[in-house]
Amino acid sequence: MSDELSAWQLILNGDPTLLAIVRLSLAVSLSAVALAALAGMPLGALLALTRFPGRSALVVLLNALMGLPPVVVGLAVYLLLSRSGPLGAMGILFTPTAMVIAQTILIVPIIAALTRQTVEDLWVEYRDELSAMDVGPAGRMMTLLWDARFSLLTALLAGFGRAAAEVGAVMIVGGNIDGFTRTMTTAVALETSKGNLPLAMGLGLILVVIVLAINAAAWGTRVWSERQAG
Amino acid sequence: MRAPMSDLPLVLDDVSLQAGATTILNRLSLTIAPGAPTLIVGPNGAGKTSLLRLCMGLVAPSSGRIDWGGRADSALARRAILFQRPVMLRRTTADNVTYALAQAGTPRPLRASRAAALLDRVGLSDLAQRPARRLSGGEQQRLALARALARDPEILLLDEPTANLDPAATRGVEEIVLVAAQSGIKIVMASHDLGQVRRLAGHVIFLVRGALCEQGRAQDFLDHPTTPEAAAFVRGDLVI
Repeated sequence: MSDELSAWQLILNGDPTLLAIVRLSLAVSLSAVALAALAGMPLGALLALTRFPGRSALVVLLNALMGLPPVVVGLAVYLLLSRSGPLGAMGILFTPTAMVIAQTILIVPIIAALTRQTVEDLWVEYRDELSAMDVGPAGRMMTLLWDARFSLLTALLAGFGRAAAEVGAVMIVGGNIDGFTRTMTTAVALETSKGNLPLAMGLGLILVVIVLAINAAAWGTRVWSERQAG
Repeated sequence: MRAPMSDLPLVLDDVSLQAGATTILNRLSLTIAPGAPTLIVGPNGAGKTSLLRLCMGLVAPSSGRIDWGGRADSALARRAILFQRPVMLRRTTADNVTYALAQAGTPRPLRASRAAALLDRVGLSDLAQRPARRLSGGEQQRLALARALARDPEILLLDEPTANLDPAATRGVEEIVLVAAQSGIKIVMASHDLGQVRRLAGHVIFLVRGALCEQGRAQDFLDHPTTPEAAAFVRGDLVI
């Protein structure tokens, strides 16, 4: 990526390096959202529908974990995946896989906590009807997750926003390797430290526009599908 | 999924229900037998809703016992309840019925045709693909009826299903209930509407402040009430 060119020229020219960075950023963050949804939504629903000793403490902990600092997650995953760490033999430190793992850990609490709140609120409304229809525990979870689907989209967007915007975790476990693990956020950090402020600002702007576009698309989908299904 | 035994007669023996220090139902003993609709009548707060929830098996009595056809278990298989404000699932009208059919154990290949038949029975065929939450109050009650009938119940419990409806919508609901009663489903319905008692009831259970005040054939209750409270209700006076 040439320093003399502005970010806009790079976009207009379809600069392959820039496109690769954008593609990697989206691939890592969207994979993390998908994995975190698979883990976080059932977890949140389970927590919403079960009662056990220590549940309140778990809810508070989960809510607190929404504010987990990305660098701390990055450090923990780094220690796990480094050569001398317990999972070092896998040899995936400084790869996109490691970045997906770190971002997934970062946003599972966000998706789980928001799912718990949404499902618990809906359960208050549905409890009598589902009890009268003799719906079992697994069926309740499925029903509530499905019927809360439009609200849960917001939880996914919150998770995606967090993953796409963070720099600490991907920097530590990815290493910001040019052409391999460089994302938009790590590129912005690098260009800023090099003093190439116009390029850094341009990249930052592209990131904001992409996040905005994804949110707008999700919102449009929500409005459209709510009209279809109520 | 279907219990081979009957849930009738439904017998309450000295049943009380407490919520904290408050007594909601006080030592009720009564029998709900097959036949014409039983209406549970009384002012607001008399305990009608609580009695229906006990009959459904959604809550357990604080003391006394309930049994369904001689059994004390509360498996819901042959009972259905229509709440005063039914909750529509966030799906289409047809999907609401299909969901109830699935929960009642209807095999998947039969669900679509049964759902269509049930929607036809409650007059909602034209609205099958409409989101259920966009239906009017009367339409939602009829959809809830279709969902309840999807369970192929032996006993259908209804909690003031027409309390918030205008006369036309009320008639729509009552006609479905009467057809269900003629098809052999035992109707147990809460009401505080004297006209509705005249139109539907074969048998009346009259509750005042959580206690059984009077019960018997609807004709006797309407023509010769034996307690002052029942007499006041039948005259159309306010019973509090």
